[in-house]
Amino acid sequence: MLTRTLARPSAGLSPEILLDMFWTMLLSRRLDERAWVLHRQGKIAFHISGMGHEAAQVGSAFAINRGVDFVHPYYRDLALMLALGLTPQDFMFSLFGKAGVLNGLGRQMPSHFGDHSRNIISGSSPVATQVPQAAGLAFAIVYKQKLGLIDPADTTQPRLALTSLGEGSTSQGEWHEGLNWAGVHKLPFICLVENNLYAISVPMDEQMAVSNVADRAAAYGLVGVVVDGNDVLAVYDVMKEATDRAYNGGGPTLVEAKTYRPVPHSSDDDDRSYRSREEVEAWKKKDPILRFQKFLMDETILTQAALDAYEARAKAAVDQAQAAAESAPDPAPEDALGAVYAPSSD
Amino acid sequence: MPYVTLIDAIKMAMDEELARDPRVFITGEDEGERGGVFRATQGLHAKFGSDRLVDSPLAELSIVAVGIGAALADLRPICEIQFADFIHPAFNQIVNEAAKMYYRSGGQWSVPLVIRAPYGGGIGGALYHSQSVEAFFAHVPGLKVVIPSTPYDAKGLLKSAVRDPNPVLFFEPKKGYRAIKGDVPEAEYTVPIGPARVARAGRDLSAFAYGMMAHYTSIAAEKVAREDGLDVEVIDLRTLLPVDKAAILASVRKTGKALVVHEDNFTLGYGAEVAAIIADEGFPYLDGPVKRLAGPDIPAMPYSHPMQEFFMPNPDKIADAMRELAGY
Repeated sequence: MLTRTLARPSAGLSPEILLDMFWTMLLSRRLDERAWVLHRQGKIAFHISGMGHEAAQVGSAFAINRGVDFVHPYYRDLALMLALGLTPQDFMFSLFGKAGVLNGLGRQMPSHFGDHSRNIISGSSPVATQVPQAAGLAFAIVYKQKLGLIDPADTTQPRLALTSLGEGSTSQGEWHEGLNWAGVHKLPFICLVENNLYAISVPMDEQMAVSNVADRAAAYGLVGVVVDGNDVLAVYDVMKEATDRAYNGGGPTLVEAKTYRPVPHSSDDDDRSYRSREEVEAWKKKDPILRFQKFLMDETILTQAALDAYEARAKAAVDQAQAAAESAPDPAPEDALGAVYAPSSD
Repeated sequence: MPYVTLIDAIKMAMDEELARDPRVFITGEDEGERGGVFRATQGLHAKFGSDRLVDSPLAELSIVAVGIGAALADLRPICEIQFADFIHPAFNQIVNEAAKMYYRSGGQWSVPLVIRAPYGGGIGGALYHSQSVEAFFAHVPGLKVVIPSTPYDAKGLLKSAVRDPNPVLFFEPKKGYRAIKGDVPEAEYTVPIGPARVARAGRDLSAFAYGMMAHYTSIAAEKVAREDGLDVEVIDLRTLLPVDKAAILASVRKTGKALVVHEDNFTLGYGAEVAAIIADEGFPYLDGPVKRLAGPDIPAMPYSHPMQEFFMPNPDKIADAMRELAGY
């Protein structure tokens, strides 16, 4: 079910944007690697990685109206968050449990992102809860447009809701009910399934009877698309179609990005117990960042010198973020008590 | 002044809020042209249209979750669960999501959502149309739980709930929908969420109740006043979460004796919290044990009428409990 358009949207991306995509993917990877190191050093308690998913996330992010369209992500979406404007420092604060904007003032576990100023909904751990909520966000967009409360052409307003999750999470009833609403009401809703073939240790063939999550889209009245999730520009193309469809009243899309998780589920997992090193090494050769790097170098958009500069810049950013987080004060214990109820305006 | 039923007062509240604020909309099963299986929204679809009165799929989890999403986007959804017995599929979204969203985002994202559902028994609804579920949710910080017992309070509290920036569970005693009538001003007013109401001032004994039981407890209080010369103070709790501790303790300080009445199961029902508060902070005032009259600890209310009536508290049972405690 691969889609091809005659004129690929990514063909119109400038070298600057392509390099920005690359930079975001690289920064995410280096930040992610540092988090693993910090955990092995005993400096942080928990890390849940997005390694391997960078192309699926960055390709998607660059297709939407970043920071404006609603995004309801999941815990692997580090690269998506960086593409939306969250910083390495925000991420480091969440790893160290310091009071940050990204992590609900230290309440959230790492990688449970949220940022009201960028229309990123604060997430939770029970998987797939974000999907029907995203249908509600999309419903609200259409509602406000129909009532004339917002102008459909106003690009300072959210015009779609993007939600993401892993393939395992699509087994939850929440996913079914969210897609059903989106299809019934033809909502500006995009569900990105980042299929990395494992739900912790459970492989796909024990999770579902179909080979593609996107095969289920038609059952809900959604357009379903399968894309190589390790090809950032292929993801961008598919997402651009989905966003245009959403913006123009064409309804919801289910995008399944095929990718892989070359690391364990989280710092509490050991993937040696359920898959071979050969399999992992084979997928590492298809690394999305190396792949995009090769493409950009072949197109002479990226030079070795520029790459070296990016690596240096990434290291500096990660070092600075870590230092800032380590030196930031811990929240006061009693800070656990505040912000339980929103105050009434009257 | 209109003299209306409980269900009509609820509809008045929704009518007025729909007219007042374009962000308000209603969704739930059969909420469109059907006007709700209890007619709570009858006529509203004709008046406001299908953009505002949205028939939902038969899926409680997503009725609530879509409501949460819409609330996050600054709408003011009123989500109906057709019977409180069917709220359980939405438990994850209510407890893990709606209740915790503001807290987990450090105060960035709020959920101005109302979930309303008919609850309680005595209408031949059997095991799955009679349940009381308030105890599950009154246990969850981040939620508000409101149960009116009069038409005046129902309209005023529902309007407050719609305007509250927090998720509010609004449980309506279905046995009282058409059985409880009262004066309800057409003028604009609200009843604040939080404070309990002294339904009847008294000196000898404090009886705490809510919903249909508040109605029955008031009847029982009049009965024991007439027949036994007992002067019972009836406190209609109205808001279960946040707990109106001050009202509870103030009443016990006056009377020295406390009885809690609810139709929910006895063990770990809301009465257990009232009793614990009184035992903890009202101990010096007590002149007798804190008693709870409640539904028996069986899984649910049976269908067969004699068994249903065995389950339900009623004014006679409540009067007997008042007499017994008064005689301690």
